[in-house]
Amino acid sequence: MNTGAPAHTHRPRGEALWRPGNGACVGCGMSLGLQWLDQALDEVRPYMIVPASCAVVTPGSHPNTAFGVPMVASTFASSAAVATGVSRIAKLNGETDPIVCWAGDGGTYDIGMATLSAAAERNEDVIYFCYDNEIYGNTGGQRSSATLPGAKTTTTPIGKREPKKDIMAIMAAHRVPYAATLSLGHRDDFMRKMQTALRIAGFRFLVMLSPCPAGWKSDPAEGIDLARAAVDSGLFPLYEVFDGMRYRINARPDGTPLTDYTSRQGRFKSKSLDVKAMEAAITEQWAYLEGMEQVFPAAGTDAPID
Amino acid sequence: MSRAFLTGNHAAGYALVAAGEANRGARGCCGGVYPITPQTEIIEYLSAARFSRGAIVPVESEHSAMAVCMGASLNGGRSFTASSANGLLYMVENVFAAGYYRLPIVTVVSNRTIGPPWNLWVDQGDSLALRDAPCLQFYCESHQDLVDTILVAFRVGEDARILLPALVAQDGFLLSHTQMVLDLPEQELVDRYLPPLDLAHRLNQAHPRTYGGMTWPRDTEKQREEIQDAMDLVPTVLEEALNEFASVFGRRPDGAFSAELTTDADTVLVANSTMVRTAREVVKSRRAAGERVGLVKAKLFRPFLRDQFEKAIGAARRVAVLDRNHSPGSGGIFWTEIATSLRTRSDVLLQDYVVGLGGIDVTPAVIEGILDDVQRRDGSVAPLFIPEAAL
Repeated sequence: MNTGAPAHTHRPRGEALWRPGNGACVGCGMSLGLQWLDQALDEVRPYMIVPASCAVVTPGSHPNTAFGVPMVASTFASSAAVATGVSRIAKLNGETDPIVCWAGDGGTYDIGMATLSAAAERNEDVIYFCYDNEIYGNTGGQRSSATLPGAKTTTTPIGKREPKKDIMAIMAAHRVPYAATLSLGHRDDFMRKMQTALRIAGFRFLVMLSPCPAGWKSDPAEGIDLARAAVDSGLFPLYEVFDGMRYRINARPDGTPLTDYTSRQGRFKSKSLDVKAMEAAITEQWAYLEGMEQVFPAAGTDAPID
Repeated sequence: MSRAFLTGNHAAGYALVAAGEANRGARGCCGGVYPITPQTEIIEYLSAARFSRGAIVPVESEHSAMAVCMGASLNGGRSFTASSANGLLYMVENVFAAGYYRLPIVTVVSNRTIGPPWNLWVDQGDSLALRDAPCLQFYCESHQDLVDTILVAFRVGEDARILLPALVAQDGFLLSHTQMVLDLPEQELVDRYLPPLDLAHRLNQAHPRTYGGMTWPRDTEKQREEIQDAMDLVPTVLEEALNEFASVFGRRPDGAFSAELTTDADTVLVANSTMVRTAREVVKSRRAAGERVGLVKAKLFRPFLRDQFEKAIGAARRVAVLDRNHSPGSGGIFWTEIATSLRTRSDVLLQDYVVGLGGIDVTPAVIEGILDDVQRRDGSVAPLFIPEAAL
């Protein structure tokens, strides 16, 4: 007889979506992101769909789990499709709890890309949250298509040669109702974007730069500073795209040198790091974003304005 | 009961829709679908259906089709899909996952040769590649068998003692694209036969579980043991499901194995799917000529009920297995299971015949040749491919 399948771990609900006692590393951006997600949701309880990632390993092993809400640990490529099935049945039954995919960059930029693209194209009623630490962190730090050029990983030992995939451009090209970048260095902006995402129906894509001390070879205490430096140097622009067309930039570079970001991370101590080339790419990216915001501004539309 | 003249694919589509519709009073139904020949008409049929409470999601791959089914099932919906050949192989990871999540999703397989090289015709290597998945497998001989077995698969898979996905297979083209007259189960009867799905471990905010998180070896072993325990209960639950089917619909679908003309048979043919129908005609004509031959229809491949198989062959001393599939380095896949079932029966000469690969017709002449071969042989040899066997 079935005595209760051990694959289904059950603990009484705590007050937190992401409870203390989890096994996330000190300084883990993903762990902090989950806590902020919880705060943004307030009383709302989500269903979490989490593909293979640190967010599946760090909750702990059966019968323990750090997740205080229903969480499905999906197969690696499947989170957006599993979320689709959950969402369709919820809709048929008039249920409105948000369905949140919580995936790393490997599960988003790489193996989950086709699934993500299809769910976005179908405009499924799902919030897809990518915590992007720019590596396969869970397996010990291999390159993904989110890894920055010049960054050393265990599969790019002399530094990655290729640029980082522009996931926001890809998602915007799907004309999803909402796409936004989030930073742990900008909490108010993070919370506002979560609120915006919760107000909008359809497919919502959020990507957060997620400091990973183990993979970035950085001081765990500096994660928030690094996230802020990534924004201030212009490397990780904070912006929103409504309906894939209308742009709003939320923070502009303040002159912080890119080296303030790269010099504090062991992953960039590589001979292939080309700061000048990265700066040139940042300048180009900003010209593109500014141009888009100017020609297709979000302001003046029905997009939610602060 | 309404009579209809349908293709296998449309008959399968009808049964899936009826099963989904039967859950309209509960949480409804949802399936992810993706086309591949020769099952495509099934998912077209599903997409055209008007459900009272249901949704069909056309996705970008078979892998995601099953993922959508898993999400729907986890949220308490009745769920189903269809696939074939390389599409089914692309789905494999999530078929395993569906089983390990204990989700009773039904997948109709229109069997097709795995490529490359590309070949659309029937070969059972696709569904049999899921031999080691936590999943039931049925092989059907006719349109009626297919429709009935789909309903039985929901009933058995959703039983709280089982909670496993199921594959229901039909021969591509031979059934999927041919038309036969059949009794279509009326919705009202399907409603009676399939109770509302009540998945005790479905997503629930009041009991927030983590599904498929990390486990230690002992817990994993326990989970696997529980799945074996569920498989061990299939004979009981299937018997109940068939009896209930008979009482609701007035006919009884075949069970795991059906023995035909095996009383006093010296030689028994073991066949599945459409090969059963050809073999049946050959066996009947040989019987009429006075030969003591019989037939065992093998319908349930997973679980493989070894005891029931041994009973089904009766007192036969020669057993010929027809396998429309091939495991390189081993032989026919049904034969492997049967050899295990008969491991203590040194009195039985068991010979495997690999036939009809890639959609070659398994004609009466082929089966006659196999019967001749098995009857005159002194001992068994390695699995014979048909050109050799037909000598």
